[in-house]
Amino acid sequence: MDTSCTCPFTHVGSAVLFASVAVPLICAALLYLGSVPKMVAKVMAAIGFTVPLVLALYLCTQFADAVKISGYAFYSDASLGLPAAGISLKLGLNGIALPLFAMAAIVSFAAGIYAIAGNQDRQQLYLALLLTMAGGVLGLFASIDIFFFYFFHELALIPTFIMIGIWGGTARRVAAIEMTIYLTLGAMLVLAGLVALYVGSGIATFDFITLRDYLAANPLSLVTQKWVYGLLLIGFGVLVSLFPFHTWAPRGYANAPASAAMLHAGVLKKFGLYGLIQIAAPLLPDGVGQWTNLLVVLALGNILVIGFITMAQKDLRYMLGYSSVMHMGYAFLGIATMGVLGLSGAVIMMFAHGLTIAALFLMADCVEKRAGTTEMASFGGMAHETPVLAALFSAAIFASVGLPGFANFWGELSIFTAVFNMNHLVGALAVLGIIISAIYGLRASAALFFGSRSAAYEKRIAANGKPADLTFAEKLPILVLLGALMFVGFWPRSISDSINAEMSAKYPAAPVQQVVPSAAASLSQDGDVALSGERKF
Amino acid sequence: MLTQAAETFRSLAPNGVDWSSIAPEIALGVWALYVLLREAFRKPGSRGAATFTTIFLLLFSLLCVRNAFAIPAGASASFFGGMIEQSRTTELLRAFFLFSGFLTTLLGGTLLKKQGVPQAEFDVLILLATAGLMLLAQVRDFILLFVALETMSISMYVLVAYIRHSASSLEAGIKYLTQSGLSSALLLAGIALLFGAAGNTALPGACADPFSFRELRVFIFLNQGNAFVLGGAALVLCGLFFKIAAVPFQIWVGDVYQGAPTPVTAYLGVASKAAGFVLLVNVVTGPLLPLRGVLLPLLSAVAILTILFGNLAALGQQNVKRLMGLSGIAHAGYLLMGVCAAMALNVDWPIVAVYFYLFTYLLASYAIFGVMSVLSGEDDSAQTLNDYAGLMKRDSFLGGILAVSLGSLAGIPPMAGFVAKLFLFIAAFTAHLYWLAAVGLFGVVVSIYYYFNWMRVAVFVPCKTEDEVEAGTLKAAPIASGFWLRTVLTTLALITVCLGFWQGFLAL
Repeated sequence: MDTSCTCPFTHVGSAVLFASVAVPLICAALLYLGSVPKMVAKVMAAIGFTVPLVLALYLCTQFADAVKISGYAFYSDASLGLPAAGISLKLGLNGIALPLFAMAAIVSFAAGIYAIAGNQDRQQLYLALLLTMAGGVLGLFASIDIFFFYFFHELALIPTFIMIGIWGGTARRVAAIEMTIYLTLGAMLVLAGLVALYVGSGIATFDFITLRDYLAANPLSLVTQKWVYGLLLIGFGVLVSLFPFHTWAPRGYANAPASAAMLHAGVLKKFGLYGLIQIAAPLLPDGVGQWTNLLVVLALGNILVIGFITMAQKDLRYMLGYSSVMHMGYAFLGIATMGVLGLSGAVIMMFAHGLTIAALFLMADCVEKRAGTTEMASFGGMAHETPVLAALFSAAIFASVGLPGFANFWGELSIFTAVFNMNHLVGALAVLGIIISAIYGLRASAALFFGSRSAAYEKRIAANGKPADLTFAEKLPILVLLGALMFVGFWPRSISDSINAEMSAKYPAAPVQQVVPSAAASLSQDGDVALSGERKF
Repeated sequence: MLTQAAETFRSLAPNGVDWSSIAPEIALGVWALYVLLREAFRKPGSRGAATFTTIFLLLFSLLCVRNAFAIPAGASASFFGGMIEQSRTTELLRAFFLFSGFLTTLLGGTLLKKQGVPQAEFDVLILLATAGLMLLAQVRDFILLFVALETMSISMYVLVAYIRHSASSLEAGIKYLTQSGLSSALLLAGIALLFGAAGNTALPGACADPFSFRELRVFIFLNQGNAFVLGGAALVLCGLFFKIAAVPFQIWVGDVYQGAPTPVTAYLGVASKAAGFVLLVNVVTGPLLPLRGVLLPLLSAVAILTILFGNLAALGQQNVKRLMGLSGIAHAGYLLMGVCAAMALNVDWPIVAVYFYLFTYLLASYAIFGVMSVLSGEDDSAQTLNDYAGLMKRDSFLGGILAVSLGSLAGIPPMAGFVAKLFLFIAAFTAHLYWLAAVGLFGVVVSIYYYFNWMRVAVFVPCKTEDEVEAGTLKAAPIASGFWLRTVLTTLALITVCLGFWQGFLAL
């Protein structure tokens, strides 16, 4: 390599990573600039959503053999003029970021295709905002610099508010402003925590690699660690809808246009979990233990309290909103264990949940388009008219419950194992969540698609004719999402190897025990995956 | 020819006096006289000098920026026996004030025509006020400080009441006159107390020149407990708090901001406030620095109250000019946070952060006031949020400018306002001012409500006349705005976005 080269890219991979973040943003910028014919806007958006997906998949194949700089593959460093303040645009992927980056690309593609095929009012603006969101979520998982990690999150968050405000459901104005204020509060707490890290470390840099290496040699005092981690935990907690800071989520998602809900609930919300796993916990290892008990209690609140609330929902969108809040409880529990197994489980869970909830929100929108409502009592037996929708919806529900064969299973399995090893009672309570999600998930599926028709449904058929099944443009994104889930479900090592390698370097395997090999193998759907306890995660 | 003129000035000067050092201010004064004369002898119907004044201010501002970077960083020079000190920073501040003068005359061109009032006198007053502000950026002496401040204030009294057929403008003028007069009196009393104490030969370190910042600093260091010193310092700060509209000297803001012609409101909100901060920074890190132990808690308390008052008062505000004024109070609170940090740490970079914040504030505020002057109807003071309903649909250009600028004021990335706020918070954290930073963050969250509410009205709420437009009974009135105004607003918004990504010129 020519070291005298001033170009920030050291390899093809770094340029590819940079491009996959830049392309959607450039397309968005072009769409903001001026009005273009509808077809041109659609083609441009299609480019902006497809290119990152292709590039992300390419990066996945290259990751294992890529040159790693301080643990990051595809490293690039583009200075934006503030090296003195310790800020520069550093991009790169490590084992934890890679699967999430891929997930972000897949969900962006699905949401994008669905939006292009849809027929929103002022579609050009809609696509431009969605492209901004996509660039933001891709950028946040690719950022090494903490400043840009936060920056990209905000970049993706603002379009969410605007999209809810313009194209949202009936309660859109309240939902938009409520979500804006609540999430800004969370973001400000996070910012305070990050600035405290920046200042507290004494080396005044936002570069994660430098901070990590410096703090490993010169850890902060226990008190500082405790309070900075506490700030980050609550701040990130608000952003991830940790109980009891979740109230913005169900209303926000229920009123968001489908593509925005997919990207936010699926990808952007994982920002907080990712921040805890990738940044807060490694930099503040002694602060984590101080908050474990509180975190476990709150996470159980997510699983049980919100679980019961989810069961009581009558509207499909609200149910999905609450269920996405509930599933965050598992990820928080995984983080609370602070072991390789639990944390790896949390990452797989984030990956799987992102794809699942995106598919479910998309299909909820398909249902609404056909019926004009998402009130679950006013359906019944729709599988006769829309068999493909019914099948795909049920498959997604199975995935979200954690049925083997889907990626969710591996995430939940390793989290439950880790939690059970930590504390039997907590483990037992957490497993109850599976039953709860099975109840509401299957009930929703049954109420919509099976059984006999409700009176309201009969009336709609009489008035508007029978609903049509999914079109190709609706099927494609759902199939991409479910396909990715099943791919990882049957071949978990495709992502778990890289996560495991990264986690083992960051965290001690003890005190958490590994999966008992025979038990794990007997649960496996896939014979040829070697499931030795040490290698699996 | 310019060098010749400079030589002439130099030959006129006694020792230590270098008139060429304040040539820009002199030029502004001369130009103002020329505009007045030209207006007096102008034939009815012929064009005035307004366009030239605007261009003159812009070019001059750019010239100052160029000069600033010709001065090596860290170098400084004193003139007039130490009354004036010039460095790269002061040169950039000169450019800052010239640039805000340029924007004000440009907005004036749009608004004054609508109100049917002449522009020449307006331009003259802006030129004189700007000259005063430019001097303020460089003063290191209390008597010159007072004179320069009054040059600006007296021009502002007239400017605030400039729309003489509007009752609210006149009301604003009288309110500003009385309250500003009071604050000038406080400031002068403070200066007099310091002068009296420092001139007293019975006290240790008595000064030969008790107005000079440098000599006063030594004196105050030696007499920290002296009641006259403390009282004088407190009164000086009171006078400055009025200029930056810090609590408890903020009471004039609402009525004056609302009543003053929109360009003047912008000038008050940006240039006058910035001058207040420049003075405050120079005073608390200069002569008053030895009193840090007393002043830091005081300034922190003022900052906390200012942030809370500004944000909470702006929450329910419907009139957009008042809203800008009240939220401007909150911004003064954030800036005070930086001043506190600069004082606590006694280093320069928080001051750079404060000036950078002021610059981003100038960009965003003038863009918003620009949109306001375009939208303002017959009564300039009566704009409410409702007038912005559906702006995005009626004129997406103005809507976009508004969205970018409000985002910058709210501190949303990728706008410059975010980076500027971040630096201030880093400064506060570094100085261990945790409570102050916490209140600041709280304030930012609250401010999201009213800034986003404004954006929400502009983007989501349908325009009042929209239904009628769709019914075909009424054509949506096209929003007229000049080409140059649009170009300048676009430039402001672009700089706001670019500074959010690239801040390389800051030598933090």
